[in-house]
Amino acid sequence: MMMMMMMQRLRRSEEFIRFGFTSLINLRPNKNSVSRSLSGFVNHYDTKGKLFESKNGNHYNTELHHRCLGKNLGMLQQYKCFGSSSASQIERNPLFSSLDSKDVSYFKEILGDKNVVEDEERLETANTDWMQKYKGSSKLMLLPKNTEEVSQILQYCDSRRLAVVPQGGNTGLVGGSVPVFDEVIINVGLMNKVLAFDEVSGVLVCEAGCILENLATFLDTKGFIMPLDLGAKGSCHIGGNVSTNAGGLRLIRYGSLHGTVLGLEAVTANGNVLDMLGTLRKDNTGYDLKHLFIGSEGSLGIVTKVSILTQPKLSSVNLAFIACKDYLSCQKILVEAKRNLGEILSAFEFLDSNSMDLVLNHLDGVRNPVSSTENFYILIETTGSDETNDREKLEAFLLKSLEKGLVSDGVIAQDINQASSFWRIREGITEALQKAGAVYKYDLSLPVEEIYNIVNDLRGRLGDLANVMGYGHLGDGNLHLNISAANYNDKLLGLIEPYVYEWTSKHRGSISAEHGLGVMKANEIFYSKSPETVAIMASIKKLLDPKGILNPYKVLPHSLISH
Amino acid sequence: MKILVAVKRVVDYAVKIRVKPDKTGVDTQNVKMSMNPFCEIALEEALRIKEAGFAKEVVAVSIGPSQCVDTLRTGLAMGADRGIHVETNSSFLPLTIAKILKSLAEFENPGLIFLGKQAIDDDCNQTGQMVAALLGWPQATFASKVVLDKDKHVATVDREVDGGLETLCVDLPAVITTDLRLNQPRYASLPNIMKAKSKPIKKMTVQDLKVDVKSDIEILQVTEPPQRKSGVMVSSVDELIDKLRNEAHVV
Repeated sequence: MMMMMMMQRLRRSEEFIRFGFTSLINLRPNKNSVSRSLSGFVNHYDTKGKLFESKNGNHYNTELHHRCLGKNLGMLQQYKCFGSSSASQIERNPLFSSLDSKDVSYFKEILGDKNVVEDEERLETANTDWMQKYKGSSKLMLLPKNTEEVSQILQYCDSRRLAVVPQGGNTGLVGGSVPVFDEVIINVGLMNKVLAFDEVSGVLVCEAGCILENLATFLDTKGFIMPLDLGAKGSCHIGGNVSTNAGGLRLIRYGSLHGTVLGLEAVTANGNVLDMLGTLRKDNTGYDLKHLFIGSEGSLGIVTKVSILTQPKLSSVNLAFIACKDYLSCQKILVEAKRNLGEILSAFEFLDSNSMDLVLNHLDGVRNPVSSTENFYILIETTGSDETNDREKLEAFLLKSLEKGLVSDGVIAQDINQASSFWRIREGITEALQKAGAVYKYDLSLPVEEIYNIVNDLRGRLGDLANVMGYGHLGDGNLHLNISAANYNDKLLGLIEPYVYEWTSKHRGSISAEHGLGVMKANEIFYSKSPETVAIMASIKKLLDPKGILNPYKVLPHSLISH
Repeated sequence: MKILVAVKRVVDYAVKIRVKPDKTGVDTQNVKMSMNPFCEIALEEALRIKEAGFAKEVVAVSIGPSQCVDTLRTGLAMGADRGIHVETNSSFLPLTIAKILKSLAEFENPGLIFLGKQAIDDDCNQTGQMVAALLGWPQATFASKVVLDKDKHVATVDREVDGGLETLCVDLPAVITTDLRLNQPRYASLPNIMKAKSKPIKKMTVQDLKVDVKSDIEILQVTEPPQRKSGVMVSSVDELIDKLRNEAHVV
């Protein structure tokens, strides 16, 4: 049966190649079909899809091919299809070298035997992502201890044309931290020292391999906190956070890493060390290159040191867990919260009843803080310097919302223990999803009023096939849309993609609010960025990494990274 | 029957505390303060007894500075009927607290006094026992289960002791101190927080209660325990033997 399916897919791809040229000609934009508006690139797809209809109804594969071509009319790509997820329709770049014993010896010379890992068990873990959805077949992991070693490794790999994957805590959710084929893994876990901390300015300078939770603990003793916080804090590295421009629970209060990172040190593909490790709050001297690396997911360079602005730890933290009947109330509460809690609001998260049920069923020791089951739950956190004042403010706001009927029930945490148990529910959804079986994970930025519409629409579309969950950073307009099913299956995937991306694109949203593109969405960038923009991204990639050895097959569409 | 519950405002148990540089005590500036977890359990048990119909009123009492009112408000938000705040800026040791509670008990005439088994800031585990002794009442400490018999005016209490569980039967009025496994305290819900705003908190002073607060104990110094030395990674068995022999002197 598998063989039949594979043969069918191969045949279809052959048909595509045959029809390729004709459809390419038809793809030339004509003045009538493509609108000149900013979302013109969306309309582009509407016309393209109609030109080529697959014979057996498996639209997904063929549409993917279309998207890969983009506007690059001259390129014909041959794809091997041996699976259903988009990751598997990639071909190993034949220009990359394969690892040989001389390479291994060289690395051992630079790093020492202990830090060159060939052990199968350790490689198994390093090759598999946290969701266990993406698995590479790397035969080597390198553990450099300092920037100099990273530079030497990369210089060598660039000269030998060996592809590499920079790896941190390996907690990414889009397959960006594990090899696709046999790329050499460069894990910065040993570079975990705090280099400096200024207790007056709050600037922390540390190596990229520091675990976020460890940094938070260190800062706690000094009376400071990290400007970001996420569920993966026990494992993720600050270097990885910076490379993926991680968002998290505190973005609403402290802003994104583009604002809080004051400097970084990165090593580019040819081993060049870029020292941009400033600790200054203001420095307008030239182009601010560090922003290129923040969020580039390791495709432009390996971040080795980070300088970040931390915030004083304020004593008064209050957390409320409230229940609402409908999504409209959630939106109104958000507006009211921003107005009435204003400067003390530090987190605003929401989850729907499906998410709550999932957590209660799959995690131990959690209970629903509110006595009744409702359709939506919201977590509101305030952080300020005056305990009594903040408490009164929060209570007044919540009581008013209760009176107005926006809130149907709610509780306020009385101590840190209760607060942790509330957070456990919100932060535990990801873990519960893993335990529940297969999960299709989407991370979308949408206008706040539209956020739950996509959940409802998808629910209607999927019916009994799967359980659809919506939760996320409502305060930032970021929805984590998750579809949970017993097993991964193509039919389900076909109903979800590209529907979710098209829906998002139509509302000018982002198909990846904070998770990044990785390998999962490498070819979907056009849903949220114009072809002109993406073309410049490809140029920058070519400039900084001409041989394309850094984290290949990820972030940018395969067709644009010419070999 | 009335139940009196003593609640203490302490540094939140999840906070990493630091000792003040002058060694006079723990730094409580800018640190989150909450109700002592064992006091929460005590209050929860009192509320459950009231809800089961065995008591008519639950009164929460706290002794300390003006911020104790916040702790009492939490108690009211959980469901206590009224609060009593004995205001003082001194920090009292268990015997003084016990004398104050004795005085209050003579004033309020409760059928049961609930306390947490100990406060997490001083870990004294003395106040409940001292109150019972001062009042001449029976005591059941480290309670993990409390069953009331209204007709016989007794309480059957399972106590967590080193050897296991001990079951006592105490005549009422009695003093019970609560242990961790007794119950899981409820969250303060919004409707209850709203109701709590109209519940009264009576302010009293130690003079009102005619209590002599002179203490026989004076705290001389508070220091941190010695830092635990971090472990050392050894890279071979030979190195391990060498360290065991020459540094730890155990081989």
